[in-house]
Amino acid sequence: MARRETPEINAGSMADIAFLLLIFFLVTTTMDIDTGISRKLPEKQDPNVVPPILKEKNVFEVNVNRNDDILVEGDTYMQVKDLREAAMKFIDNGGGTNADLQKDKLTACTWCEGDKNPASSDHPKKAIISLQSDRGTSYAMYISVQNELVGAYTDLRNRYANKKFGKDFKKLKVAEQKEIQTNIYPQIISEAEPTK
Amino acid sequence: MSKFQKKKKGMPAVNTASLPDIVFMLLFFFMVTTVMRETDLKIQKPKLPKADQVKKLEKKSLVSYIYVGKSKDGSAGDKIQLNDRISDVKDVRSFIYSERAKHSEAEIPLLTTSIKADMKANVGTITDIKQELRDINALKVNYSTLKGSALDNVK
Repeated sequence: MARRETPEINAGSMADIAFLLLIFFLVTTTMDIDTGISRKLPEKQDPNVVPPILKEKNVFEVNVNRNDDILVEGDTYMQVKDLREAAMKFIDNGGGTNADLQKDKLTACTWCEGDKNPASSDHPKKAIISLQSDRGTSYAMYISVQNELVGAYTDLRNRYANKKFGKDFKKLKVAEQKEIQTNIYPQIISEAEPTK
Repeated sequence: MSKFQKKKKGMPAVNTASLPDIVFMLLFFFMVTTVMRETDLKIQKPKLPKADQVKKLEKKSLVSYIYVGKSKDGSAGDKIQLNDRISDVKDVRSFIYSERAKHSEAEIPLLTTSIKADMKANVGTITDIKQELRDINALKVNYSTLKGSALDNVK
């Protein structure tokens, strides 16, 4: 009896099958967005706690109304693009002297490059940015303002990191980053309840 | 001279035997990177604002998503979607509790809430959600944004 060879399976259509699957996955793939601005909400306060008294000059007030206009420090209308610079100028002012800051166990800000204007913030650790928006403010505007304020801190931290360590803040070691975050330029952005 | 046959004219066909391999390689790449969407959007797809101070969300399993946008039929007002249905602000609380139930005790402080809101949404809606989150101590939030200049949001 003649030896019968098993016929080979035709693999020619393999490519077609693979293409079909490939196209299916190409179509169904959604590149999900997973980036965003991270913020930490404040913890719920005991209603009996008296809020600490702040000096007016240490608060940088930003108001956004329902027409998406920005009012800074209660008297200046500003565009979003100018907000970052204004916030940086405020945080980096460092107007306080050793004597002023003694009771808070701080010393004058030696790394600040601001104008040392006595009418503006004393120290980056005391500088508070207060953001108040209206319920009718658009989310886009809200995010832009938040982004610029966070950006002001990022820029300052980067400047300090570059000067002291010669590299960007992101590339520093965790301990160095922590040090900058807590003692050099802590991010203090407070959000007030929106106006109705 | 019969030993030397006349050379055949014309180009030889390109060998396509490795084509399936290449296609398979691509196929595997897409299979591995594909994330199947877990929830269907019941609202209009939110048009996210842009920002440049962005952070990447690290662990996907620790993130719960809240969508805010207009409803599909175009009626006024912002709608909030949790999981698969349009809900009320008050339901945020139970939503977070149910998300917490899926994780171990140690992971609970690491849970992040990602808010995917439309550019045209009102801050009031977002604030209401934030207030609910504060009440139940879910303090880590992430406002989902695209990468880009924040100045493009307002023109």
